[in-house]
Amino acid sequence: MIHQYKLAGMNIVLDVTSGAVHVVDDVAYDIIALFTEKSEAEILTLMNEKYEGKDGITAADIKDCYAQVSELRESGQLFTEDTFRPMAGELKKKTAGVIKALCLHVAHSCNLNCSYCFASQGKYHGERALMSFEVGKRALDFLVENSGSRHNLEVDFFGGEPLMNWDVVKRLVAYAREIEKEKNKNFRFTLTTNGMLIDDEVIDFANREMSNVVLSLDGRREVHDRFRVDYSGKGSYDRIVPKFQKLVEARGGKNYYMRGTFTHYNPDFLKDIEQMLDLGFTELSMEPVVCDPASPSALTAEDLPIVLEQYEKLAELMLKRKAEGRPFTFYHYMIDLSGGPCIYKRISGCGSGTEYMAVTPSGDLYPCHQFVGEEEFCLGNVFDGVKNFEKQAEFMACNVYARKDCEDCWAKLYCSGGCAANAYHATGSVTGVYKYGCELFKKRMECAIMVAAQDMMEEDA
Amino acid sequence: MKHIKTLKTRNLCASAKNGGCGECQTSCQSACKTSCGIANQQCEKKESK
Repeated sequence: MIHQYKLAGMNIVLDVTSGAVHVVDDVAYDIIALFTEKSEAEILTLMNEKYEGKDGITAADIKDCYAQVSELRESGQLFTEDTFRPMAGELKKKTAGVIKALCLHVAHSCNLNCSYCFASQGKYHGERALMSFEVGKRALDFLVENSGSRHNLEVDFFGGEPLMNWDVVKRLVAYAREIEKEKNKNFRFTLTTNGMLIDDEVIDFANREMSNVVLSLDGRREVHDRFRVDYSGKGSYDRIVPKFQKLVEARGGKNYYMRGTFTHYNPDFLKDIEQMLDLGFTELSMEPVVCDPASPSALTAEDLPIVLEQYEKLAELMLKRKAEGRPFTFYHYMIDLSGGPCIYKRISGCGSGTEYMAVTPSGDLYPCHQFVGEEEFCLGNVFDGVKNFEKQAEFMACNVYARKDCEDCWAKLYCSGGCAANAYHATGSVTGVYKYGCELFKKRMECAIMVAAQDMMEEDA
Repeated sequence: MKHIKTLKTRNLCASAKNGGCGECQTSCQSACKTSCGIANQQCEKKESK
């Protein structure tokens, strides 16, 4: 399968199965489009009619171009047949029972009252609760015990707002550091915070211990303060921005992301990205809101073309700023074409419910943070382990080939079938697809590959 | 005339032979948390690159 598109003046052709990316001229672009449907003679006739004599192109050039396309097909870099289906369940089978990442919900409580929150203001449709050190410690032990030979273990301190349970976070990090050598593990911690409780002590600890920090900021003040308000209704922008700036400055280049959410109220989210840049942040992530389609903040069909255009403009802005020596990173446009994931990873799905789980304050296990609070998805708890094997089997069987809608999609080896929670909420099945999300994802991939291609072309030049 | 520039990419078919160690990051664990993809992840197996 191939996918071809034009963006920012480039003609790009992807060979989906091999992962090959080709930047081509107009003649090659048209030949590739016709290659499997028409004979060589028909294609050459059509191409000669269209291009011969234009910009010095000769019939011999066109014939040569056809030969180049043929060579790529012969060498398995164009029109490669997808033979991966039988491998789809293999990685999960091979690693069955191995858990390598936990999302610790250390606080089902929040000091902000954001109406668009997928976690119902941090409570996940339940009661406010904080995780005790004992539950957290047991969760870390559970992770180590179930991680097999995996060396790198990821733990995300999540909520609600994890800084509302900061002492427990620090004690858990200390405990993990205490056991990791003896257990031959390497803990990588992430802290996801709204910033309200950041102080110098938090900055010092987070910058020392957290491999990554995710800082929630929606961009422009008016956009941010529309949703991200405290319980008196007051916006949080002015309180958190200076704290985020201080944390990032002190972080000294270690990983962080400014993580915004865009909604129906700001489909023109590029302005929010620009605001983040103006504030001095360069590692950025901007996510479409996840909420009930009936919610006034939900993205609509009318928003879609606006959002798609924003993604294109964002890619152009990245290229422009890079050329000016002021580069920035957009999480979804990070793509390493030469060193990205292997095919097993690409077809295995996201790993929720199998290698990744979320832990509630009381120690219950869920397939991921987005399923927390939906009782039927509870897989067990950190004390007794996974007990709901029937539900886990649904996630075990979740891979890119389990989704019928993905079969003919060119982006399937870039998204791995997408988010199980989004699929479930959109279709009632974890093996469904959230089509709106697919449209956004495909555009993001086209942009990401275009930016990467531009970079590689420049390096080669 | 060179009509096609093929970029240096990881050959996914070849990665079937040496891939599958499972050390890579879990897909949703870092910044997004709401819209999973795997394209922006890194392979942890150094010799595969």
